Amino acid sequence: MEKKKILISGNEAIAEGALQAGCTFYAGYPITPQNELIAYMAKHMPKKGVFIQAESEPAAINMVYGAAAAGARSMTSSSSPGISLMQEGISYIAGSRLPAVIVNIMRGGPGLGNIAPAQSDYFQATRGGGHGDYHLIVLAPGSVQEAYDLTQTSFDLADKYRVPVMILGDGILGQMMEPVRLSAKKIKANTFKGWALTGCQGRKPNIVKSFFLREGALEEFNLKLQKNYELIRKKEERYEGLFLSDAKVILVAYGTMARIAKSVISQLRSAGKKVGLIRPISLWPFPQEPFNLKNKKIKYLVVEMSYGQMLEDVKLAVCGRQRIEFLGRSGGGVPSQEEMINKIKKIL
Amino acid sequence: MTERVIIAGSGGQGVMLLGKVIAEAAMRQNKQVTYLPAYGPEVRGGTSHCMVTISDREIGSPYVTKADSLIILNNPSLERFKSKVKDDGLLILNSSLAKTDAYLKVKILQFPFTDIAVKLGNIKVANMVALGCYLEAKKIIKSQNILEVFKFMAPAGNPKILEVNEAALREGGKLFHG
Amino acid sequence: MEKIFFRAESLYDVSTHYCPGCGHGIAHRLVAEVIDELGVREKTIGIAPVGCAVVAYDYWNFDCSEAAHGRALAVATAIKRVHPQNVVFTYQGDGDLAAIGTNETIHAANRGENLTVVFINNAVYGMTGGQMAPTTLLGQKTSTSIEGRQKEKHGYPLKISEMLALLPGVTYVERVSLQSPQEVLKAKRAIKQAFENQINNLGFSLVEVLSPCPTYWGQSPKEALDWIRDVMQKEFPLGRIK
Repeated sequence: MEKKKILISGNEAIAEGALQAGCTFYAGYPITPQNELIAYMAKHMPKKGVFIQAESEPAAINMVYGAAAAGARSMTSSSSPGISLMQEGISYIAGSRLPAVIVNIMRGGPGLGNIAPAQSDYFQATRGGGHGDYHLIVLAPGSVQEAYDLTQTSFDLADKYRVPVMILGDGILGQMMEPVRLSAKKIKANTFKGWALTGCQGRKPNIVKSFFLREGALEEFNLKLQKNYELIRKKEERYEGLFLSDAKVILVAYGTMARIAKSVISQLRSAGKKVGLIRPISLWPFPQEPFNLKNKKIKYLVVEMSYGQMLEDVKLAVCGRQRIEFLGRSGGGVPSQEEMINKIKKIL
Repeated sequence: MTERVIIAGSGGQGVMLLGKVIAEAAMRQNKQVTYLPAYGPEVRGGTSHCMVTISDREIGSPYVTKADSLIILNNPSLERFKSKVKDDGLLILNSSLAKTDAYLKVKILQFPFTDIAVKLGNIKVANMVALGCYLEAKKIIKSQNILEVFKFMAPAGNPKILEVNEAALREGGKLFHG
Repeated sequence: MEKIFFRAESLYDVSTHYCPGCGHGIAHRLVAEVIDELGVREKTIGIAPVGCAVVAYDYWNFDCSEAAHGRALAVATAIKRVHPQNVVFTYQGDGDLAAIGTNETIHAANRGENLTVVFINNAVYGMTGGQMAPTTLLGQKTSTSIEGRQKEKHGYPLKISEMLALLPGVTYVERVSLQSPQEVLKAKRAIKQAFENQINNLGFSLVEVLSPCPTYWGQSPKEALDWIRDVMQKEFPLGRIK
């Protein structure tokens, strides 16, 4: 039976989604604009679960590492400067093949930046972020409902592929409230993890590590990682396409920017302009399929709250077949509907 | 139908709560709705605002660049947001704490919400007096749904808070009808 | 004939990578013997540090996790909270525990996490080639304190055990030494106490082990043991701190 709708913020929806997915371990450190998430976890983590306010982001991510190693579904959340601090731990999580969910509700940077919404951590999120050849699966929800749903998906993907999964949102997504229909899906019991640290009773000891000193061992391991990433690339592309069959100009935007793009599209469509949208939902793997359009006259307009980060992935996907234009603002600036419409009118 | 509202006032005037009440009620009417608070270091004092969009269709941007309705509870907020309302829009203004701008073309409903709230015995319900006025002016949200939201949000075991909010809503409605 | 000396079950039958005269081998063995004696091998989860003991899991026959440099106590906190019925300990060097991981150390101790910490203090960074550690003695020469540690430039040897003892969340702190067979036996008793405390849910216990590093002290193994007795123990006095 479907549950009723509740009005909650993106931050709260992610927290609720995590609990619904059977997350039993959360560690985090306060930072705006994701404080509602840590507060929600503190309040609603079930008694048998663990909530820790860590002393720092490095401590928080390493606690998540420990909990994941112990077999728990574990999560942390932060915002841009805090995520920078977590990169060490994320690299170790990827290198130790641990499943974990990391939430980044992005704010302006570089440095302390500001607390306004931003998308300027795209490179950091999609290129790995820390040292070494690794990836996270990166999911970018565009609504509070999707934030709730994708959080549950994140835990499943993390367990399935034994990789860290990042939910990448911005301050608006985190703060905005929308009705969410809670899923009636029952919390899945944690699937048995034969590699987890539980004490070696009745089996050989398990070791969780990312250190490979023997000659050739690390390369061997890295090739295994790459094989896993190849599988993820094949299976886990996610996107939403709008009006792709007849669009002359295709907007490419994710998260909150895609919301604004949708407003622009409905306005222009009612004036007879053939505008469409590709909204990548998985930023890594970046969806290739929707860009595979034959018509050379199509033009893309990439819109970001950053200065041309996702643009690079669009260029790689389009592969020179069509023209690509760009509109981006950052540091608290959000490309407005008017700016987008003006740009589209110039291109059309 | 799409209704975009900006609600602004000083911190502590219940601007965020007002936005949430409208959003909760809209949800109960099976509308699409977004509520976007301004977030920042200010908790008390300063200017605080939120944006609510109600629609029958999927809502794109939750950010309101041009509002159909402004609900303004103090003068600094009026200065900040008076250019953000559509030409044929509606301005609901708390005349206890703000002055009108003669050149605004929009429809203006101004009443001393704060003074009325004080008379009702709780200065904090000025926001709900304004809400009562808005409900009657726009007729998008049914006051029955607002009352349900009050019950949903009111701290348990405090019927007095519920009563004064309901009274505020009624007073606000009366203002519109003169 | 009765067998009176044997390899601990918690220790694999392999040779270690440690230098001649290094204290890690002894300390590993003490931990393994204690775990065997307490009968908790199948419940134990060890956290290996970054430092010379990074591959301790190659020598210990129980579940182990690696931790990033300095983060062992954050990792251990989570593992113990997820599995409170297991026995969880960290094994950390001075750079790991008292320099890069000071924050994690202090806060895990202050939370009173029910953990056991084996803290190896050899007053030098071994794995990276003999640089100054937070516990390097005044006047001690290292590759990054060429003239010897000077208080004006480098500050003083950090007495983190004494600092931790101030925290109400900390149950037990003792400093021991591997300087002689008698001291090794005392060290084992202290380590056992620290594990027993955890099993009895008594909270955070730490044993600081003064351990020889002949290679980066520029001494023979015998000289290194004497140096612990004659120099190091003066700066870091042995005994129960809390």
